[in-house]
Amino acid sequence: MLSFIARRLTVAIPTLLILVVLSFVLMYTAPGGPFNSERPLPPEVLANIEAKYGLDQPFWKRIAVYIHGVIFNFDFGPSFQFKNRSVNDIIAQGFPITLTYGFWSFVVAVTVGVSLGIAAALRQNTWLDYLAVGISIGAQVLPNFVMAPILLLVFTLWLGWLPGGGWAGGQWQYLVMPVIALSTSYMASIARITRSSMLEVLNTNFIRTAKAKGLPTRRIIWRHAMKPAMLPVLSYLGPAFVGMITGSVIIDIFFSTGGIGQFFVNSAFNRDYSVIMGITILVGALTILFNLIVDLLYAWIDPKIRY
Amino acid sequence: MLRDDATVEALQNASHMAEVRGRSLWADARARFFRNKAAVGGFVLLMMIAAFALFGGLLSEWEPDFVDFSLMGANASEGVPSFETGHYFGTDSSGRDLYARVVQGTGISLMVGVVGAVVAVIVGTLYGAIAGYFGGRVDGTMMRAVDILMSIPFMFVLILMLVIFGRSIFMLFLGIGLISWLDMARIARGQTLTIKNKEFVEVAVATGVHPLRIILRHIVPNLLGIVIVYATLLVPNMIIFESFISFLGLGVQEPNTSLGALISEGASQMQYGVLWQLFFPLLFFVFTIFAFFFVGDGLRDALDPKDR
Repeated sequence: MLSFIARRLTVAIPTLLILVVLSFVLMYTAPGGPFNSERPLPPEVLANIEAKYGLDQPFWKRIAVYIHGVIFNFDFGPSFQFKNRSVNDIIAQGFPITLTYGFWSFVVAVTVGVSLGIAAALRQNTWLDYLAVGISIGAQVLPNFVMAPILLLVFTLWLGWLPGGGWAGGQWQYLVMPVIALSTSYMASIARITRSSMLEVLNTNFIRTAKAKGLPTRRIIWRHAMKPAMLPVLSYLGPAFVGMITGSVIIDIFFSTGGIGQFFVNSAFNRDYSVIMGITILVGALTILFNLIVDLLYAWIDPKIRY
Repeated sequence: MLRDDATVEALQNASHMAEVRGRSLWADARARFFRNKAAVGGFVLLMMIAAFALFGGLLSEWEPDFVDFSLMGANASEGVPSFETGHYFGTDSSGRDLYARVVQGTGISLMVGVVGAVVAVIVGTLYGAIAGYFGGRVDGTMMRAVDILMSIPFMFVLILMLVIFGRSIFMLFLGIGLISWLDMARIARGQTLTIKNKEFVEVAVATGVHPLRIILRHIVPNLLGIVIVYATLLVPNMIIFESFISFLGLGVQEPNTSLGALISEGASQMQYGVLWQLFFPLLFFVFTIFAFFFVGDGLRDALDPKDR
């Protein structure tokens, strides 16, 4: 197991380094610095500012300083746009919010999706199955940027039940719409995957043996069918996680929740490269970490995998 | 005697059957596809949407970039969809005809999807087939590269690129091309691994055919079924991807538009009671995605019977 983790890490760490270098090179090659505004600054002032942010240094020195800072101090440098704030401050402000609604979306997508899928598989070709399949097909064409305006229209403008945006420390009224908007399409995919893999597992010989032994259905499902049926779902969780993090950009725009997505788009329009890079690297690191966890879970559940 | 009659009848049936022409794999798949009602429905819908994108502009009474200044600011009351004014879908907040805009947006969204799929088919298939065919260290290196690329959050990198190099359709296509082939490469590789041990490949190797020629002539044609299936399923994902970027305002720029940009505009207008500006782009978006998913599922059932 340890060597498996070690081997996965030997892929993960270079990947992260490539991401850091790639985004740094992209930033470096950008035409025009972050301080080239419409009203050009006097050259002395510009030189002073560039010296302050280390922009006058040669490429190798800058990238070395940056990578050193990221690796050893988790320091992504100062923001170019907000004078007195570092990228770390911005992440510390926005990330807990993103994490909160992201976590709940993930929980909702997985629990609702898996239960819907299992229910559909157990009652194949009944109204319940058709309902579940219908929901999952319908929800698949409703990505978050489609869900969000529809939810706002119905629950805020027409019914007036939920506040149209804001965060307010994460009270539930402010969480409902972001979580629904973010989780729907993933819930649908998880339900579909669960249904088909459950159907497949229920037709295998070892389930037939379990039935022949006279085990109660509940025990067959939970003890025998659940584990193998969850494998395809597990491998979908990685992409779902990435999708949800990306989707948080939309959520922050629509519901003004104030997560990192809002800062990301804001910085994208203001050419605040250090913030964009910091968030990209953070998201990349999270993705890699999450994929690692999924791989470990996979190896743990699937006895066929030798690690 | 009775049994003899039955035997004779069976023989007659059998001899009759022998006269039936053999069905090719593709004819078989076509028959399976057209038996699937949802897939045929999706196909018809898709054809209608494509016709709308190509020829819908002919029906339009307004140019997509014509701004009717008399309607500007009075959109909620004056820009209502009606046949009398020629604004079938109403107008948008700048007084442009929404019908013409939706035609244009649908066209660009479809194009983005198709370009993504074409890149995936060409690059992904060749990459996967080469990795799978040569195997060993080549395979290891090539697939490790795919693994690394896959764990990079591409949406964020693409946004970074769009910010740095400016927003243009070219950058968007480049970004979409960069990610779309990864999954296809994996699928093609997996399939190649099973094909390359078949006898006809062995024969080709034994007769001294050049490896690249084996890949192009013997392996890639046998991958086509699964490649077509995944390309069809990739198109809606690319459309969603592009819409996401355009929704943020980083994708297709004015005066061009795409369904994502139109949805974004419509979403910002709905608080003023202008629902048609969200409704029509959304309708076309949802129908397009639906149609592609149904056709893709139908093709999968038809061409790849194992995987259901």
